[in-house]
Parts: sequence; structure tokens; C-alpha cells
Amino acid sequence: MAITALNQEPELKQYTLSILVRNHAGVLSHVAGLFTRRGYNIESISAGITERSDITRITIVVTGDHKILEQVLKQCQKLVDVIKIASLKYNESVTRELAIISVNARHENRSKIIEIADVFSANIVDMAEDAIILEVVGNARRINSIIQLLSPFGIEDIARTGVVALAYRSQIPPIN
Amino acid sequence: MRKTGAEIVVELLQHYGVDLVFGYPGGTIMPVYDALYHSGLRHILARHEQGACHAADGYARATGKTGVVIATSGPGATNLVTGLATAYMDSVPLIAITGQVPTFAIGTDSFQEADIYGITIPITKYNYLVKDVAKLAETFAEAFYIARTGRPGPVLIDIPKDVQLASTEYAPVAQADIPLLKYTPEPQYEFDAQLDELVLLLRAAKRPVLFVGGGAVISNASVGIHRLARKLSLPVTNTLIANGVFPSQDPLSLGMAGMHGTRYANEAIFASDLLIAAGARFDDRVTGKIAEFAQRAKIVHIDIDPAEVGKVVPVDLSIIGNLKDVLDGLLAKLEAVDFEPQTKWLGQIKEWKEKYPLTYTQSASIIKPQCVIQTISELTQGEAIITTGVGQHQMWASLYCDHRHPKHFITSGGLGTMGFCVPSGIGAQLGCPDKLVVTITGDGSFQMNLQELATAAYYNIPVKIVILNNGYLGMVRQWQEMFFERRYSETHLEDGNPDFVMVAKGFGLEAFRVTRPEEVRPTLAMAFALPGPVVIDCRVEKEENVWPMIPTGGTVKDTIEH
Repeated sequence: MAITALNQEPELKQYTLSILVRNHAGVLSHVAGLFTRRGYNIESISAGITERSDITRITIVVTGDHKILEQVLKQCQKLVDVIKIASLKYNESVTRELAIISVNARHENRSKIIEIADVFSANIVDMAEDAIILEVVGNARRINSIIQLLSPFGIEDIARTGVVALAYRSQIPPIN
Repeated sequence: MRKTGAEIVVELLQHYGVDLVFGYPGGTIMPVYDALYHSGLRHILARHEQGACHAADGYARATGKTGVVIATSGPGATNLVTGLATAYMDSVPLIAITGQVPTFAIGTDSFQEADIYGITIPITKYNYLVKDVAKLAETFAEAFYIARTGRPGPVLIDIPKDVQLASTEYAPVAQADIPLLKYTPEPQYEFDAQLDELVLLLRAAKRPVLFVGGGAVISNASVGIHRLARKLSLPVTNTLIANGVFPSQDPLSLGMAGMHGTRYANEAIFASDLLIAAGARFDDRVTGKIAEFAQRAKIVHIDIDPAEVGKVVPVDLSIIGNLKDVLDGLLAKLEAVDFEPQTKWLGQIKEWKEKYPLTYTQSASIIKPQCVIQTISELTQGEAIITTGVGQHQMWASLYCDHRHPKHFITSGGLGTMGFCVPSGIGAQLGCPDKLVVTITGDGSFQMNLQELATAAYYNIPVKIVILNNGYLGMVRQWQEMFFERRYSETHLEDGNPDFVMVAKGFGLEAFRVTRPEEVRPTLAMAFALPGPVVIDCRVEKEENVWPMIPTGGTVKDTIEH
């Protein structure tokens, strides 16, 4: 039972789409515009060039049911600029996001914050009299966790990159 | 050879087989117009960019060729928006070329600057802002390829003025040489196994219906549809756009389905056990209440666009491909199979046809709009190309015309664009000079884009424009009558309407008014025989309604007969 549960998609239906597109000035508008026009919800979007300067990878996290996912994939596939699109499976891909978090850190709280940072392998990139800036890398769950733990101290600002992801290359046979 | 961007644009149009363009000049597109001056490429000067765009659309729909429209930046470009959205919704191949302010001025809110690239992303199949003259050849190769192939659509190319003036070595680019173009017009899916499955479904079906959409027009699948219907004695219903793919007088024809479709088409879909949708996209005006649409039927969806499958209605079998090829494959498989006509089903359909015929109350004193359309159809023996605006007249034209050929009923289906009528008639007539083109419109639609009467007059484009003038925004009025307790809020046009005969004459057209039923036939016959453009203002019954009607979200059981 437990193993079956591990292999399932998470309860919340968020899908990570990895889209390779031709790299030109308007391409992000074309892709993002499709989501707006068809009423799909973008949770996060990130874009960057690949090993080839003429190809950009766009990673989009979209919320919806399976039917919506199917439509999103088909509609994206139709875009002239799209070279390849894949919906990355939760347990078959590496998913990362970077967050920079500025948190209030009065003297008496510092050690508690540093302890949390240690647990999450977050780097302290700036420290002032009354504030600390942390950078943390991980999947969305990890980022959400540290944010939740830091919230009581008072978070001043957060900048998140949005998810980037790649499918695993190694093939692990399913555990029976 | 070195050429300017503007010269390259004109050469490329000719290279891709364009012999006629529609447009309207202005500041930032002047270099292209200068290149046109001695080019020999025929340009039709419209009186408004929207008119030019609809004309290019009508030309494309009547001929199957790619329509081309040219406009300047800013307001010129934004005036194309409705035309592009119209073409996009109905999958019409268009190339729109717009001037743009010079590259160095882009983003500075300079005179007549508008981000037409950004504006048209959601209403074009693809679009470009060309910032490098050396990219023009590649861009046009791609643009024509994209507009024409697969599920066709409009493509916009925005060209800053300095790019038009810059020069470069010019040679056309082959589409195959475009790097990274992964666009596949027809996904090369195998559908052999699906065809076998479809044959099994057809053999098992007791109450099959073939439901034909605009894809059948685009892929020239009319012959295949006809053969399939004959072979299997398959009742055929169609969408608004697909009028004429299957002859409406054929005993197997059920005519148009949907909100204002025939009762028998809707009854047949409702009762069917196998519905084969061929190039149709299950528009809400066809389906009504989705949950009960063909609920007893297995639904088979044949379409070139994979994204249409399962978009609205869950299907039991999908076949992705060019409809013509799919039908050819299916017919080949059916050759060896003998089919007994489903006589019980055909008998049921005959019964519905007798029970729920298309009717209206005749009148000896007032002109009935349906009667005008029947008269047009009789006089032209169904051979004329009909274009329409949007509203009651459009539905009556769809229901009461004798549709015999594909590409002969040109109407804005998806977007429902009023004012499509006159310019699309002009475009269709220019594309088919040997055909009689009749534009059927209402007094509302006619007044949107009536400036194009000047275009018809100047070029002597002999389109016959029949206005079913009821003094109302008729379809909205009908809804107000039915659903808003006859509160005719802002739909009474009559008092503000001009004298359409005087207006038309002012533009230099022949024009007639008919007010009595007995004048309709002789006046239309006389007008259709005239060599030039004509306007016929028919004063029809003011509060006539379009029947039958299934109110929004209803089923055939909610049909209002009259």
C-alpha cells in the first residue's frame, strides 16, 4: 500500500511542463499568452537559454485536472515556436527552485534562524543588525517548508525563481 | 541582387503565387506601396482596413487560396484586428502585412505606433516582427507555409519602415531550409487501426449520423463525404460553415444542426448511436447542453488538429489527419464490405422531416425574409456564392438557401462578425469573377462596413447586395422578445437608418427598394442580370423570428418551433 502511494502523483494536481522553444524576442509572450487565453493557471514560469543559444527552455507549473493537462499539452504543441514539450512526472524528474528570503532577525532570534538555515542547507548571503538574507535551493515543498518555519520571525521579502526541472536520465526499475 | 525590404516584400508575394492583394496605405507602409507601384501586382484599395481584411478573407474562402491584406502601423494595424480574429476562428489562410514605426522608434509611443505583434498573438496562427531585412525571405517562406498548411489561419508580419527601406541580397528561401521550424501541419499519425475500428462501429451502428464541419470545406472532402453517405446511406448534418459540402436537397441531408438548426438534424443527433464528426469542433451553438449532446452515441472525431479532440466533448474514437485522406482510407476499407441501409432509422428521419419541416407563415402583403432567400436560391439555382453578415438573415440564409457546392456559403461562423457581409462579397467576387456573388445582409450588418460600397463601385465589382431590412437588430430583438419580456433595449434601428437606396446611389451603385412580396422576384431577377454592383433594399416583416430555436444550454427537447 505504502509503495503504491509513493508512486502516485501528489494530491494537489500540479504539473510541471518542460517546453523547448525557438529563442526569439516574442516567444515568451506566445507561450504565456496561450495560458491566459485558454484560462489555464500558471503557478510558476521560468525561462532560460539552453546549451544552444537559439533554443530556450521554458518550465511552467500549471494547476488543473488531467483533462486540462491534456489540452495544455496539445495546445502548446501547436505553437509554431514549440520544438518539444513534456509533462515531467513527479518522481521521474529533478525539480529545483531557488528562493532568496529576507527575514527579520533580532538578536535573540538569530541562532534559531541559523539553525533552520542549517537544516535546510540554506546559505546566509547577507546579515544586518536586524535582518538576515538566506538563499535556499530545493523543490517547491522544501522552499515552502523553510518559508513556513521562518514566518514567525517576520519575513520582509521573498524572491523565488520558479521551478526548473529536467527528467532523470538514470532508469530505476519500479520497486515491487 | 540587392533589393530594398519593400521590393523584397512585393517579390515574395509574387513568388508565393499571390495575384491580388487588399489594403490601405499609410505612413509606415509607404515603401511597400512604392514598390507595388510598378510591380504589376494587383492591389484593391478598400475604404477601411477592416473591409480590406474581410475582403481578403472572402477571397480566400471562395478560392481556397491565401488572402493577403496590407495596412499601415497603429490604427491601420488595429483596424485589422476584427478581420484577423474572424479568419482565425474559421481557420482561413491570410497573410497580413503591417507597417511599423522604425526600429529605433519602437517603444517610444511614436506617432501611429501600436504593438500589433503583441495585440495579435491570440488571434493569429502565428505572427512576426521583422527587425532585420535579411530575415524577410525566411519570414515569408515560413508565414505562407504556416498560413496555408494543416489547420489554416491568419499570419501577421509587422515590418518597421526602416526595414522596408534597408537593402540586402535577395533570394527566396525554401521552407525546408528554415532552421528549427518544428511546426508540423499534419501530424503524421497512422490511422489505419482507427479506421478498422471505425468500420466495426459503422457495422454495429443502428442509428448513425455523419456530422460535417468546416474542415470538410478546407480539405476539399466534399466528394468523400458524398461517397461515404451514399455507400452507407448515412444521414448527413452540417455546421453553419460546412453548408454546401453535402447538397442540402439530398434526401440524406439533415441540414444545419444546433441552436437554429433543423429540428430533424437535432433529433437525429440526439437519438443517434454513432456520431461521426468530420472536421467539426463542437461549438456551443451546435452542442447546446454538452452533457446531453448525442448522449446515446459513440462519438468519433476526425480532425486535423489534435487539440480539438476531447476539447469540448469526450470522444470514443479519434482519428487525426487530413479529412480527405481519412475518408479515402475509410472508403477503401469499405469497398469490400456490404452495408444494408438502416431502413428503420432512415424511416424515423423521414418521419421527423415530415413532422418538423422548415416552415414560416406566408404573407401576401408583407415580404417574408425567408421568402426572399428562397427566391434568391431559385433564381440562382443554388449556383451563386452567398456571403452574409451575422444575425437573423444569416440563419435564414443558412436554413433556406439551396446549398449545392462547398465554398459557396461564406459567413463568419466562429466569431460572428457583423459587417463581414459586403467586404467578403467583394473579395469572393474578385476571386471568382465568373460567378454570381450575392451578399445577403441585414440593415444592422450592412451599416458596418458599408464604406466598401465605394470599393465595389470603383472597381465595378458586380456583387449583388440584398438587405433584409427589418429596422431592427433582429437577432438581439428576438432574444429580447423571448428572454427579456420584449424590452427592445437599443435594438430599434429603423428611425436612424438612412435611405439605403439613396446611400447606394450616392456611392455610384444601382439600387432598388422592394416593399411588396410580388416585387421581390422580378426585382431580384432584374438586379442579378445587371453587369455591376447592386443594392436591393428589401423591407421585410419587422418582427419575424428565426425558428426553430433551442435556447442556450438546452437540448432538442427544449426546441421552440415558432
